[in-house]
Amino acid sequence: MTLSAARVIAFVMGDPKADRAVPPTGFTARLTVFTAAAMAFLAVFALALSMATGRLADRWSEELARTSTLRISAPADQAAAQVQAAINVLETTPGVAAARALTADEQRSLLEPWFGPDLPIESLPIPQLIEIIEEGGGYDSAGLRARLLAEVPGAVLDDHTRWREPLVTAAGRLRSLGWFAILLIGAATAAMITLAAQSALAANAQVIRVMRLVGAEDAYIARAFVRRFTSRAFLGALGGTFLGMIAVALLPNGNDVGGFLTDVGFRGLGWIWPLCLPPLAAIVAFFATRAAALRTLKEQS
Amino acid sequence: MHLLTISQPNGKDLRTLCLRYDCNLLQIWAKRAGNGGDFTVIELEDVAYSYGGAELFAQLNLSLAPGSFHFLTGPSGAGKTTLLKLCYGELLATAGQVRLFGEDARSLERDGVAMMRRRIGVVHQDCQFLDHLPVAENIALPLKVAGREAEADGNLDDLLSWVGLKSQAGQTPPQLSGGERQRAALARAVIMSPDVIIADEPTGNVDWEMSQRLLTLLIELNKMGKTVLIATHDLNLIRTAKNQVSARVLRLTDRKLQLAGAEL
Repeated sequence: MTLSAARVIAFVMGDPKADRAVPPTGFTARLTVFTAAAMAFLAVFALALSMATGRLADRWSEELARTSTLRISAPADQAAAQVQAAINVLETTPGVAAARALTADEQRSLLEPWFGPDLPIESLPIPQLIEIIEEGGGYDSAGLRARLLAEVPGAVLDDHTRWREPLVTAAGRLRSLGWFAILLIGAATAAMITLAAQSALAANAQVIRVMRLVGAEDAYIARAFVRRFTSRAFLGALGGTFLGMIAVALLPNGNDVGGFLTDVGFRGLGWIWPLCLPPLAAIVAFFATRAAALRTLKEQS
Repeated sequence: MHLLTISQPNGKDLRTLCLRYDCNLLQIWAKRAGNGGDFTVIELEDVAYSYGGAELFAQLNLSLAPGSFHFLTGPSGAGKTTLLKLCYGELLATAGQVRLFGEDARSLERDGVAMMRRRIGVVHQDCQFLDHLPVAENIALPLKVAGREAEADGNLDDLLSWVGLKSQAGQTPPQLSGGERQRAALARAVIMSPDVIIADEPTGNVDWEMSQRLLTLLIELNKMGKTVLIATHDLNLIRTAKNQVSARVLRLTDRKLQLAGAEL
């Protein structure tokens, strides 16, 4: 082991019994544990929200980016010919993997939420929809529109860009907000632990006086408090994370009806992410307490 | 070496303990020889100290030679405690120079002061401890913060016996009497085998019998080669020391430090 590595380990580990110098009980102990637990609980939800919006954005991007719709509005006697002409155009368009006209049943099911079942779709002047499946980098929508205008005058191409982009953007921003919320929670945790550490240092003025009297360096005194607060923050965050994960697990499962709201949670290996919160809280507490302790000790001298 | 003649108050031979702790005496003699006998552990030169603009004392000079024994007396408010604090780096002089083991106290970093404290054992009148820790752990605290905790294994029991606190080792400081606290503070001050022991009114809160016992402990430490400086206004204590040790009495009065009479 190199000297620098040994020094880093010594810096982090310190004297394992150093925190015995700090009285084990007190208001700040409970405050730190509660703060870490509450913040970790909130962070689990922020993380779940962030991951759910991430999944949503990915799904919307993936699904909608690969499909588009062609709508044929034509008199009944010309409809079949125009549909066939459009399919012929699409089949010869680079970037189009497949194109097919939706069946009457499929069109009926699309309208069912608004008009109910048993809609006599055959007797209504409803446009025929053609589903386009893209491949590779997709097709040139401007070029396809020009060809359709020339060969199928009643065709309207909808490549979903109009409403796909805002949805994907919104989902991306929700994901960013989730991460921002986690950062805010981390900063708030650091702030509250700093206040608690300063309060503890003030309350333990006699401990500091005695430690100084017997020749303790600032780093040693700070370490006594740092170890205490780091372990409290870790244990508090562990409890908060555990409760948060249970709460997330108890949320209703995602389904088509509930949509996004019921999809908040973790999937598969995503459950590992919240387990990172307790060590993260300990790291935040370590640096926040150390900075507060060294600053306070300097001011007290 | 007079070390071999020292005996514990309860009659137990202290030689083993003395030899364990006496790592400084030969070093001090060596330094003395190397410096032509001019070496001083603590030296104050034209020192002044002011509180909020009011000068407590000025032009104060003091040299503590290794192995010397000094009493510091004077009326209340004369600045005895302040002078002691200057001697162990707790305060910085507003004028003049304080040298601790040859180093200018003003030039010491904060950690440097901490290192210096490990060479100067301090006993306060109002002994402060970590009240949630047992007496034994409090006494071993200086070794612990210096990363020498292992040394406590062999020496702590002897030291507790020496100060008569072996049966109280597991108690917490609030459970001790005034005299026991003073003895615990003395044990804590000497566990690092410091070169200098500074005691501020160590017998202020104890009865006559206990004050004699504490004085005996301090005299024994001096005989081991430790430099001892005791602030006290108890003249009986000083007179009692007369027959046991070669001590000088310094009197701090009217902002000046004077040698009070002949060597005791």
